[in-house]
Amino acid sequence: MIVELAHFALALALVLSLMLATVPMAGAAKGRVAWMALARPMAISLCGLVTIALLGLVHAYALSDFSVLNVQQNSHTLKPWIYKITGVWGNHEGSILLWAWMLTSWMFFLAARDLALPAGLRARVLSLMGLVVAGFLSYILVASNPFLRLSPAPREGLDLNPVLQDPLLAIHPPVLYAGYVGFSVAFCFALAALIEKKVDPEWAEQLRPWVMAAWVFMTLGIMLGATWAYYELGWGGFWFWDPVENASLMPWLAGTALLHSVAALQKRGALKIWTVLLCILTFTLSLLGTFLVRSGILTSVHSFASDPTRGIFILVLLGLTAGGAFLMYGLRAPQIRIGASFRPVSREGAILLNNVFLFTFCATVFMGTLYPIFLSALELGSISVGAPYFTATLTPLLIPFAILMGLGPMLAWRETLPGTLSRRVLVPGALTALLALAVALMPLPGRPFTVVMFLAAGWILFATLADFYRKTHRLTALRSLPPAYYGMVVAHAGFAVLLIGVTAATSWNAEKISWMTVGERLSFTGREVSFLGVRPDIGRNYTLERAIFRVTEGADDPGYYLQPEKRWYPTQERELSETALHLDGFDITYAVLGDQDKENPQRRVVRLYHHPLIALVLAGALMIAAGGLMSLAKPRREKSA
Amino acid sequence: MGRRARFRFILLVLLCLAGAAALALYAMRDNISYFFTPQQVADMKAKNDRRVREGATFRLGGLVKPGSLVRRTDNLVIEFIVTDELRDQKVSYEGIPPDLFREGQGVVATGSLRGDVFHAKQLLAKHDENYTPPELAREMKRVHDEKTGGAR
Repeated sequence: MIVELAHFALALALVLSLMLATVPMAGAAKGRVAWMALARPMAISLCGLVTIALLGLVHAYALSDFSVLNVQQNSHTLKPWIYKITGVWGNHEGSILLWAWMLTSWMFFLAARDLALPAGLRARVLSLMGLVVAGFLSYILVASNPFLRLSPAPREGLDLNPVLQDPLLAIHPPVLYAGYVGFSVAFCFALAALIEKKVDPEWAEQLRPWVMAAWVFMTLGIMLGATWAYYELGWGGFWFWDPVENASLMPWLAGTALLHSVAALQKRGALKIWTVLLCILTFTLSLLGTFLVRSGILTSVHSFASDPTRGIFILVLLGLTAGGAFLMYGLRAPQIRIGASFRPVSREGAILLNNVFLFTFCATVFMGTLYPIFLSALELGSISVGAPYFTATLTPLLIPFAILMGLGPMLAWRETLPGTLSRRVLVPGALTALLALAVALMPLPGRPFTVVMFLAAGWILFATLADFYRKTHRLTALRSLPPAYYGMVVAHAGFAVLLIGVTAATSWNAEKISWMTVGERLSFTGREVSFLGVRPDIGRNYTLERAIFRVTEGADDPGYYLQPEKRWYPTQERELSETALHLDGFDITYAVLGDQDKENPQRRVVRLYHHPLIALVLAGALMIAAGGLMSLAKPRREKSA
Repeated sequence: MGRRARFRFILLVLLCLAGAAALALYAMRDNISYFFTPQQVADMKAKNDRRVREGATFRLGGLVKPGSLVRRTDNLVIEFIVTDELRDQKVSYEGIPPDLFREGQGVVATGSLRGDVFHAKQLLAKHDENYTPPELAREMKRVHDEKTGGAR
């Protein structure tokens, strides 16, 4: 009954979203205040209806109602309750529903909060978002319905892939989706601005927090995914340039560019048309990303064949949304007044250059990710583009990008005289030169690339901190600086920290695979690893073997234990290795338990990794997200420039 | 931005993109790997195709033949046969295979031929709940259709 109710709520939501897409829009066009005023209550009710639908599905999962096809295919009575709930988005249908729910949640905040938004703009933005929701709801109802019944109901479900039964992966999809979907606000703001032919600093000021919030979610979502891949896949890496990962990186890069250009538009009225384009582009890439991951445009021409309605529906939806937006952009953008002018050496100039770089990064990732898909769609053969492509194309650009990142904040809006700039560069430049000298005298292990990356990170840190000192060393200045400035300092420093972590972990990592018999010891990166034994145990819905290793450094070191597991999930007949990690400062030592020797059960294959400073990758990503969050804080009373 | 500044900016963007595209194409030349099934490998080897010559990296896909998996105990090598039900290809891999690697399951191995044995450097690990690489699913379907005389 509850499932039918949820299903009905979703159908009702579709009708409501269609009304929302038309009535307030027409009201705004005709200047009818009453019609426009409908946008807010409609958006709030829409969110309510989709919430009912989502809760209905959650309820079915929680009670393991196997008369629902979707539940039967992805759940099991023995599954821990937390993974029963999160199993809702561990499959195609449920995750698209979550996606739609996120979209309506953003609408809820946009509608419910008391914003200084002009009524016409808010009505148009909500109306446009209603249109996007309508597209998605019709997709769910026609081609991807999670509420389909199964009769007779089987007694047991097929269970969720054990790889997905993990606490981090329980929250990774919702957080990432909140980011993906959050960019729809920017998208609809851009379209509304094109309709009104009005792009000005007030518009940017209204838009900026929404872009920032979506971007923070996106950053955290990618970070959670990478962390999960690191400890769950047991390959010792956190980023594999897998198309699924690239799908989330592309909108993140475009969103980062947008974040900066919106600031320039808000402060100086510059980069108007470009910012509007970025809004459209970012959400289009979000849509593309969602579809690459969820529909399997990527994982397949073959899933198109297996369910043609789904593939075609998705393509049409993507085509209509992106195509419609770009068409409108092409028609309307020339009518928007050109943004304020500025000199090349200025904050605006730096932001523009930052956008060029980020756009180029994005285009490069796009090419590497989609080129194989085009080839296979055209039946020109099946190829894959691996990690070397991405490192070879992206790292050379990273160096000028890092230099720019240090320079940008030193520049003033409109124009900075070369003399002023060179005075500001002096201290951080000298510090970086000192660092280079230190490295030259006391060579670091690794290739020249490692050194260059460390210098780049050092430059960003020095330049950011020097600028921070210059602006805050008089205490009165501390109060007058806007929160966005502090946010930027933290985020830029976070990027430097991330760069150090990535460089150290990839250049100095150590790996060892070996047979080990219980009682045996081996030496690994100056540590002694002893294999103490393997114990069987029973988990919630699996059995397991837990190996115990003791790691010591020197004779007096009490050391620590690493306990990697090999789990067996009987419902899916799947084996799963759980890695064991030990965090020592920012270094991680990592162990994976492998196969058994059939003749000697005491003998196992063991894989050990040591990744110096790898936790800095996580710390850096957290700092970047924290920076974004800080800049969302309300500025103190009077707005400062 | 004035008209000239705008022109210069567009020029800059184009230069930047062109540079990136050049880099990208250059990197792609060396870093693309093709996907073949054992049958295709055998055909191409007969024609001495450079894509499957000794040392050339490509991806080999098929099923791990049931009963063919051997874990050596004197070193870290595992050996198995990848089959597309038409031809078999011997594969060796050093290390711990991914969790979902099993006899009778699909696998995509990246590596190169040395003599008659395909030396895999990597066995596919993808984060996808269904875990069938698309090209593999397509090829298996094609082979299946051929065998059953393209039923349908």
